[in-house]
Amino acid sequence: MTNSAAALPSWQPAALRRHPLVERYLPVAVIVAGLIVVWYVAAILMNLSLVRGAFEREETAYTIGDLISGTMSAERPLLPAPHQLLAAFLDSVFGYPPTAPRSLVFHSMVTLSATLFGFVLGALLGVGLALLIVHSRVLEKSLLPWIICSQMVPILALAPIFIVVLGAIGLQGLLPKSIISAYLCFFPITIGMVKGFTSPDPMQLELMRTWSATPRQVLWKLRWPAAVPYLFASLKVAITISLIGAIVAELPTGAEAGIGARLLAGSYYGQTVQIWSALLASAVMASGLIGLVGLAERGVATQMGTRP
Amino acid sequence: MNPRRLRLGFSVAAAGMLLAVVLPLSSEATAGLAARPVILAMTLSGAALFAAAALVGTPWAIGLGLAGALGGSGISLALLQDATIAGSAAKGFWFIVLATWLGAALCVMALAAVRPRGTQSRRALDIAVPLLFGAFVFYLWEVSVRGLGVPPVLMPSPSAAAARFATSLPILGADFVQTFIKGVLIGYAIGCGAGLAVAIVAQRVPFLGRGLLPLGNFFSALPLVGIAPIMVMWFGFDWPSKAAVVALVTFFPMLVNALAGLSAAGHMERDLMRSYGAGHRQSLTKLYLPAAMPFIFNALKINATLALIGAIVAEFFGTPTQGIGFRISTEAGRMAIDMVWAEIALAAIAGMAFYGLVALAERATTFWHPSYRA
Repeated sequence: MTNSAAALPSWQPAALRRHPLVERYLPVAVIVAGLIVVWYVAAILMNLSLVRGAFEREETAYTIGDLISGTMSAERPLLPAPHQLLAAFLDSVFGYPPTAPRSLVFHSMVTLSATLFGFVLGALLGVGLALLIVHSRVLEKSLLPWIICSQMVPILALAPIFIVVLGAIGLQGLLPKSIISAYLCFFPITIGMVKGFTSPDPMQLELMRTWSATPRQVLWKLRWPAAVPYLFASLKVAITISLIGAIVAELPTGAEAGIGARLLAGSYYGQTVQIWSALLASAVMASGLIGLVGLAERGVATQMGTRP
Repeated sequence: MNPRRLRLGFSVAAAGMLLAVVLPLSSEATAGLAARPVILAMTLSGAALFAAAALVGTPWAIGLGLAGALGGSGISLALLQDATIAGSAAKGFWFIVLATWLGAALCVMALAAVRPRGTQSRRALDIAVPLLFGAFVFYLWEVSVRGLGVPPVLMPSPSAAAARFATSLPILGADFVQTFIKGVLIGYAIGCGAGLAVAIVAQRVPFLGRGLLPLGNFFSALPLVGIAPIMVMWFGFDWPSKAAVVALVTFFPMLVNALAGLSAAGHMERDLMRSYGAGHRQSLTKLYLPAAMPFIFNALKINATLALIGAIVAEFFGTPTQGIGFRISTEAGRMAIDMVWAEIALAAIAGMAFYGLVALAERATTFWHPSYRA
């Protein structure tokens, strides 16, 4: 995909066409605009019968214009129009104080705290397991196959069990959700870090040996620095998985607060706009979290003296 | 594995077995080991096996130790049949379990340290070590749940879950068909097929490709399973809504990976295709798609797990009265935890078989890839 300039219309000035910002963002902008148009058309088509039914029940005369404007502002649309969704989202974010149960900020915070706690647990577990596996051949041979198997089990199916078992021991609220998040997100970190810790090549390891470095010194001075890029790559994957885990853990447990609870309540009462705003909030959170990990990655890279 | 430590370990295991003969088996009144001649003989022979393992060298010690561990697990499981021991096991019982566990752990460690020369025996060992490890994890789970008398509502023993699995095969079969055959497979085929098709179009139109790649990366990082309630609203309670969720969840990983894979063909090969005068279709089927296969299979493997999770989560939002996710949430509500575990075992077996099939297909298709030739 190197001959990118040829794909653009030729009437554009060549300099502008080759501008890096245009080259990079124009295709994305065009596709996003296209998706929004498709969304509007789909919203009109999907909500049409709903609105027509409402008009016919009231036996009022209506024009095509009435119908279309009706599809844009239906109360329980099959598919809310983008601007309707955005208005509802902004209203539920800024329209209520952040402690009110109708505020999306409140629910996002509940889910976010479980996500972050689970992420920290999962990251510690993942790095710890990777360390054990790298240092012990027994564990590499006996544990690694089971760790891989554990990911083929649909772990979310375990969520209700965890909640029941932990609830019986007296643990409720944040911790069970975080444990599910941690269980889901430790895997990419373990796999990535095993790869990262074993990424120094034999020459470098032999150099450490000629310096008679202890295993601990090899770990801190060679293996850790070599594993940092792998660490951040796997952390980016893990943090979104952790968010998914926290949301899904709220579903079968009948949680009262959180994005998952919002989704469940919305689906019980047919509040489509509420579901879509909760989804939007989770998307915003996911991109924010990935952005944070990316920032940390850049900070660590600068500290370690890597050139960007 | 240090041979001296191995010896010491096996000696401790033998001593532990012997201690069980004198210590009480249960906190309730029950007959001691001395009053149970068969089990006493087995315990003594287990201790003798461990002691022999401590005396001889490594290759024989592994066999002897495994025999001792097998005997120890047999003894403890036989003792649990006694109602006065199950639920109120005391020191003597736990010493048998600990000695068994120690012996088995030593055997696994010694086995993992063995480096056989032949490829066949190495492969057999690579399977045997994790299997032994897993078997003893299940043994410890079974013994500790039954020995400590953990209420089955909290955590059933694996044997109870297995018994439940065996007695409710028709229900499990119906759930499997509903969730896996209808929801997962159809959605997986649609999602992966659509992702691949869009990637092929995007490879032809570079403008589209450059726009779709960042968007695809963004969307595959979103918690897309959250769309499940919407899909249930649009497509109803039955399998189409689950297939829709699965299709959506699997679409973006396939798109991103296939886009990367289709641009993986080298410049030399592309130039060669051009110098042969190959058309677009020919270079697609003969060069681009084969070169993309490792990437496509990577997505297929990622999607195999995502698909099952997507279908189960979608069932939490409403199903007809069958399906793995439906059964899990209703049985958990009725506190029938053994049924929940049976369903989880079903989902695990289905997930592993699905993943294994994809991996086998990958091996058959991309046998030329460096990672398989080593």
